[in-house]
This record gives sequence, structure tokens and C-alpha cells, in this order.
Amino acid sequence: MINVEHLTKRFGVKCAVDDVTFSVSKGEVLGFLGPNGAGKSTSMRMITGYLPPTTGAITVAGFNVADQPLEARRRIGYLPENAPIYSDMSVYGFLSFCAEMRGLFGSAKKKGIDRVVQLCFLERVLHQSVDTLSKGFRHRTCLAQALIHDPEVLILDEPTDGLDPNQKYEVRTLIKRMGAEKAIIFSTHILEEVEAACSRAIIIDQGKIVANGTPEELKAKSPFAGNVVVTVGNVSKAKLLPQIEALKGVEKFWIVAEKPEQVTFQVVPRGNVLPELLEAGTRNEWKIEHLDVEEGRLDDVFRAITLPDTKPAA
Amino acid sequence: MRNIWTISKRELGAYFSSPVAYVFIVIFLLLAGFFTFMVGRFFDRGVADLLPFFLWHPWLYLFLVPAAGMRLWSEELRLGTMELLLTMPVTAWQAILGKFLASWIFLAIALFLTFPIVVTVGYLGHPDYGRIFCGYLGSLMMAGAFLSIALLTSSFTRNQVVSFILAVIVCLFLILCGWPPVTDAVSSWAPAWLVDGLASIGVMTHFDSLQRGVVDSRDLLFFASVIVFCLFANSVVLRAHRA
Repeated sequence: MINVEHLTKRFGVKCAVDDVTFSVSKGEVLGFLGPNGAGKSTSMRMITGYLPPTTGAITVAGFNVADQPLEARRRIGYLPENAPIYSDMSVYGFLSFCAEMRGLFGSAKKKGIDRVVQLCFLERVLHQSVDTLSKGFRHRTCLAQALIHDPEVLILDEPTDGLDPNQKYEVRTLIKRMGAEKAIIFSTHILEEVEAACSRAIIIDQGKIVANGTPEELKAKSPFAGNVVVTVGNVSKAKLLPQIEALKGVEKFWIVAEKPEQVTFQVVPRGNVLPELLEAGTRNEWKIEHLDVEEGRLDDVFRAITLPDTKPAA
Repeated sequence: MRNIWTISKRELGAYFSSPVAYVFIVIFLLLAGFFTFMVGRFFDRGVADLLPFFLWHPWLYLFLVPAAGMRLWSEELRLGTMELLLTMPVTAWQAILGKFLASWIFLAIALFLTFPIVVTVGYLGHPDYGRIFCGYLGSLMMAGAFLSIALLTSSFTRNQVVSFILAVIVCLFLILCGWPPVTDAVSSWAPAWLVDGLASIGVMTHFDSLQRGVVDSRDLLFFASVIVFCLFANSVVLRAHRA
């Protein structure tokens, strides 16, 4: 649905997007991650045809964005960053304007507005002036605008920015549900969101793609993935240390937390350490209160990739 | 075509949903009346025409038209809605024309509301209605030319005040170019070709013959070409914003 090939954008000498290539097919939700200023919004603006790329080609639903901009734009729903909206209109007036711009008139327009008003929970403010809306409602009004023509491709720039946790959850569920029959790209800073809604994620840093994979694949890249965290009651640190050191499957380990009569330690395994660890526990009569195998967290991957020089937060 | 009208409708709605439209119309009518009756001594002249009425239009438009046009693009830039508008399936031309037409229709409405003065002059005497119509046509074309300048300057900046001032300066230049007191002063030292050249781009020269009832296609063409040039420049500026 969306094909981006060798996309580059320079502003003067500054290279905002540097040779980016990826594609999104129907039924996929692509999460766009990256620190501020990494080039996420610039990329999205080029896909929607707002900014012309310096070099590279973009096709949306088979139409080249540079050669057939109107055909491509008809198939895109776009929520720009900060959800801009005409402040001198009512929510209904704004949606009606957007519907007409998308070629919906009469009963098609009414049906479109009814549908997005329901999807985005706007019934309560439908005839209110946009000026008087809270940030959450403004944001959802702009999101509604992106959905009004039921596009095949959705480009959402920080769709959950400024929403409260309940609204974030709703929007995330909505994106995931729509993802089944559309191609969606959305950018976010919130990593749980990627795990919750995306089928694939791209991490972009300084204009370049630095990671591309399913959330699970990305998490496996975490320096902590596969580590075992164990909490043992009834032993002191002094007694425990030599017992762990004796284990063959332990590459290295460190104490995470220490309370009287309770020690938590983390083990970097060499192969599968679990059976040996449990056996040692039985032999030494540890009272194991908690045992967890780290899946790896996207936060750690994100930090490790975009800030390679800093120490991971333990 | 339909897109242009959708955008125009929205812009017109924006005028009338805020106090701007009403304040503008009231001030326009008050000032037009003041200049015609008080300064222009409409009744004392004892002539059934609208010369003292049209005479002041360039000076009224100098401030009022930039005020009406200053927000057209500046507001879009400030709110960020330009990104929304230009990623919809419209061309930049449709957006520019839509905005221009909306404001022009608005100015036409304000101008239309001066009809009582036509009624008055018709009641008091036997005016030449062709000449009056011609004056209105010239006034409307001049408003359109000034408006296209204001539309262009509003695309330069997100600041409406800057956009207003720039538009006033350009319009003032066009007024002074062909205004006899200025051309007289210039002709004392400048070569004739320069004086003629300046006079030919001045709005006063072109508006003057129209308000006297002479429909010269060159005058209409002058205003039309100012409009076309400014709208074209506007599309260039919009493209530059995005590059």
C-alpha cells in the first residue's frame, strides 16, 4: 500500500531524512519510533505530499505521490502533528467541510460524519465551537477528519499526544481494529503503544532507519533480553553470593535489591540456566519468592539504539 | 470547481461567524458616508452623480481591504491548518482561488450595502445609471486588486500585523504612483518615460476613468492583471513554504 524508496530530505545542509526505504502493506500497523527531531514528521509530511522529497520515490495505493498527488491524497487520511484545526468553526462545521473536500455530499456526507462522530466519541461536543474544546476533544476531532472518507491509508502523527490514559487506550484500540483492513503508519514516543497496537515498528534516528521488525524482534535486541531475575527470601547476601558463583550457567550476575532476609539478583545466562538455578535453589533451600525471565523492554532497545554511548538503565 | 466553492464557503463562514465581518461593514459604510457627505459635500454640489462617493474609495480600501485579507493565509500558517488543507485532494490553485473569491464576495457585499446612496441620488435627480454602474465596477475591480495583494502578503508570514502593514505599503505605492500631486512632483525632475511608467501602474489613473463612466478595456485589464499576477505569486510562495 505504501512504498517508500530511498527517501531523502535536506533542509539546506541539514539532512532531515537520509535514504529511508520501507513499505507497509494492507493489514499492517507500522509504528514509527524515534527521538524528537529524528525525521518522523518530515517523513510523514513527504508521504502525504505536503513536503516534496529531495530525492526518492513514494507510492501510495499504486499512485506516485509526486506525479499523481491528488489520486494519492484521496486515499490517505492524515492527522498532522499537534492536530491543527480551524478554530472558528463548530465540530460539525469542520467535519462537514472536510467531508465536502473529500467529495462527500448529501447522504454520503451525513453517513461519514455519523460514523466518525461515533468512532471518536464526539456526540457530546458536535455543535460546540472548536475554540472551546479541551485538548482531547480537539485531537479527536482532527482524528475524525482523517477517517471521514474511510481511507485505505492512514498516516497519524502522534495520535495519542495530549490524551488522558482512557482516551489513549480508546485510540490505540481503534488503530488496532482499523489496522485489519488498512495500511497505517503512526508515530509515537510511547513505547507501550507500539507493543499494544503495532504489527511492526521502525526506529528512526538522525534521519536513518536503525531498527525494523516486529515488537517481539525488537525487544529481543534488548541487552537484558533472556536475563533471569530471582528474589530469594530467608538468605543473607554473604551466604548467597558463593552459591550463585558456583553455577556453570551464569555468565555474570548482580544484586538488584537487598532487604533484610530478602535478596533480588539478576543473572545473565550462558545457555539455559533455569534448570540449574532451580536445582541449586532446592539444594541450598532457597525460598524463591519470585522468578522472572526478562522479555526485554522496548525502552532499553530504544535507548541502546538511539543513545549508544550511555549505559543502559538497570 | 466544487473544491473552490467548498473552500470559499468555509472562508465566508469564517468572516460572518466572527465580529470581523460586521465591524468591517459598519466601519466601511460609516466612513464612506462621512467622506461623501461631510468631506465631499455631496449635497452642496447640486450634481446628481456619485463622484464624491467614488473619489474616496481608493483611500478607504487602502486600509480596509488589507484588514479583510490579512488573515487569509497567516491564520492557516499560525494554526498549522495549512498542512491539513494542502494534504487534502485540492491543488494549491483551488485553495488560492477559493480564498480569494470568498473575500472578494465579502467585499462585494459590503460595497452592495452602499445602495442607499444610489437610491438617494436617484430620488433627488436624474443620474446616469450607466455611469454609476461603471463606478461600482471600477470600485469592485480595485478592491479585488488590493485584495490579491493582501492575500499575497498574508502568505509571507504567520503574523497578521506584518501581513497587514506589508499590504498597506504596497497598496499605498500603487495609489501614489498615479496620483496627480505625486506625478506632478516627480515630473519636475524625472524623465518622462519614468513618470508615464509609474502613472500606468498606478490605480488612480485606471480607477479615475472608470468612475467617470468610461469603460476602457485597458483599465479592466490592468486590475485583472494585478489580480492574476498576485495570485500566481501566491502559488509560488506557497510552494516555497513547503520546499
